[in-house]
Amino acid sequence: MFDFTTITTAIDQFLRSMMPAQFAIIVECILVAACALLAYVMFAIVMIFMERKVCAAFQCRLGPMRVGPWGLLQVFADVFKMLIKEIISINRSDSFLYRLAPYLVVMSSVLTFCCLPFAKGLQVLDFNMGVFFLMATSSFGVLGILLAGWSSNNKFSMIGAMRSGAQMISYELSIGLCMLTVVTLSGTMQISELVEQQHDAWFIFKGHLPAMLAFVIYLIAGNAETNRAPFDLPEAESELTAGFHTEYSGMHFGFFYVAEFMNLFIVAAIASTLFLGGWMPLHISGFDTFNMVMDYIPGIVWFLGKTFFIIWVLMWFRWTFPRLRIDQVPTLEWKYLVPIGLVNLLIMTVCVVMGWTF
Amino acid sequence: MNYILLFTMILASLFLVFAGMMTASLISPRSYNKQKGETYECGIPTQGATWVHFRAGYYLFSILFLMFDIETVFLFPWATIVQELGFKALMGILFFLFILVLGLAYAWRKKALEWK
Repeated sequence: MFDFTTITTAIDQFLRSMMPAQFAIIVECILVAACALLAYVMFAIVMIFMERKVCAAFQCRLGPMRVGPWGLLQVFADVFKMLIKEIISINRSDSFLYRLAPYLVVMSSVLTFCCLPFAKGLQVLDFNMGVFFLMATSSFGVLGILLAGWSSNNKFSMIGAMRSGAQMISYELSIGLCMLTVVTLSGTMQISELVEQQHDAWFIFKGHLPAMLAFVIYLIAGNAETNRAPFDLPEAESELTAGFHTEYSGMHFGFFYVAEFMNLFIVAAIASTLFLGGWMPLHISGFDTFNMVMDYIPGIVWFLGKTFFIIWVLMWFRWTFPRLRIDQVPTLEWKYLVPIGLVNLLIMTVCVVMGWTF
Repeated sequence: MNYILLFTMILASLFLVFAGMMTASLISPRSYNKQKGETYECGIPTQGATWVHFRAGYYLFSILFLMFDIETVFLFPWATIVQELGFKALMGILFFLFILVLGLAYAWRKKALEWK
């Protein structure tokens, strides 16, 4: 597999030969931040376009077709339109918290985005407790949502934010338990090492039954975590207008929108990293020729392929299942997913201790 | 190096929102109208305060969440060394989960998990 650290070390050495070490580090930080933000925004644009086209395909429509070939420029036009919309400041809002909320939401999703392993060596933040860091960063986005609902002095926003907060913190438990199952199987929390360990078989095959169960629970909980249909109660259109971002307009709203789409990408990417091997190609031990052919496909193609496949499945969920009732949301989590997750963790521990893994 | 990058990315994410807001406020139109700042609710002037006492059901769920989230924090270090500990890890987790499930069963029995 091609190792991206060769490129980064080459740039590092080039910069160090040009200038003193401190300046080199500053320049590198700026480069990394610029690339990460560019990737973040580009993926958001791709996701919004994909959402529209997939939605259209499920409803036997064409979707955006006018702006550019196959409507490819539609999203750029929309971003520009959003930029030139007036930012309305509302009366009697808690204006500091009102302005702070999008910062928190975007910060949470950018930091989580930086932990994703796009290819070998192509990962911004690689801590030795990476999975734990991932959980921590992805969970403080709920703070921004609660702030947005609380500060905008609107009853719809308030109810939407409260529902959203209750739902997100509940379903985070299941996500944590599924991640624990994988960590139990692998024995490491570092994301790059997690991917390396899947070189002979992906974790979903290595952990057989408990891993597959964890994968399914993760998809359900991840779908709820992103507040998308069938779990879109916080912004149920007929009841709550637009949920916690009712009072936000223009670019203020745009950042919530982008963060929401990027959270979907992040959930899918974590699922593909933890269960489907991340950038690791499909390897079957014993079939050496097959493995060699698979190795020719670059890692980033594998990673994005798996991620976009899971995103497509989640979009399929959205257009297939009807929305849950509000009393069904905590029931599904606390009476089904958490007990199943705990038992699943126990089964995985037994499998690991007894050596019943592949 | 990791922590420098973490700090950089926090700053960069703040910069992303800040830059977006600045660009928008530079090129977007401005017009003042007293009606514009009204709360977007039902068309008529909004009635009563929004910042009121909220129902306790949400509070119960957040307490339960706290309990289970702390449990996850405790379990992560355990999960990394299951393979080395072997059978001892299994006994430990059984005891730990027993106490935890007792709490969940109590909440279930007391009907704290129902949405009323």
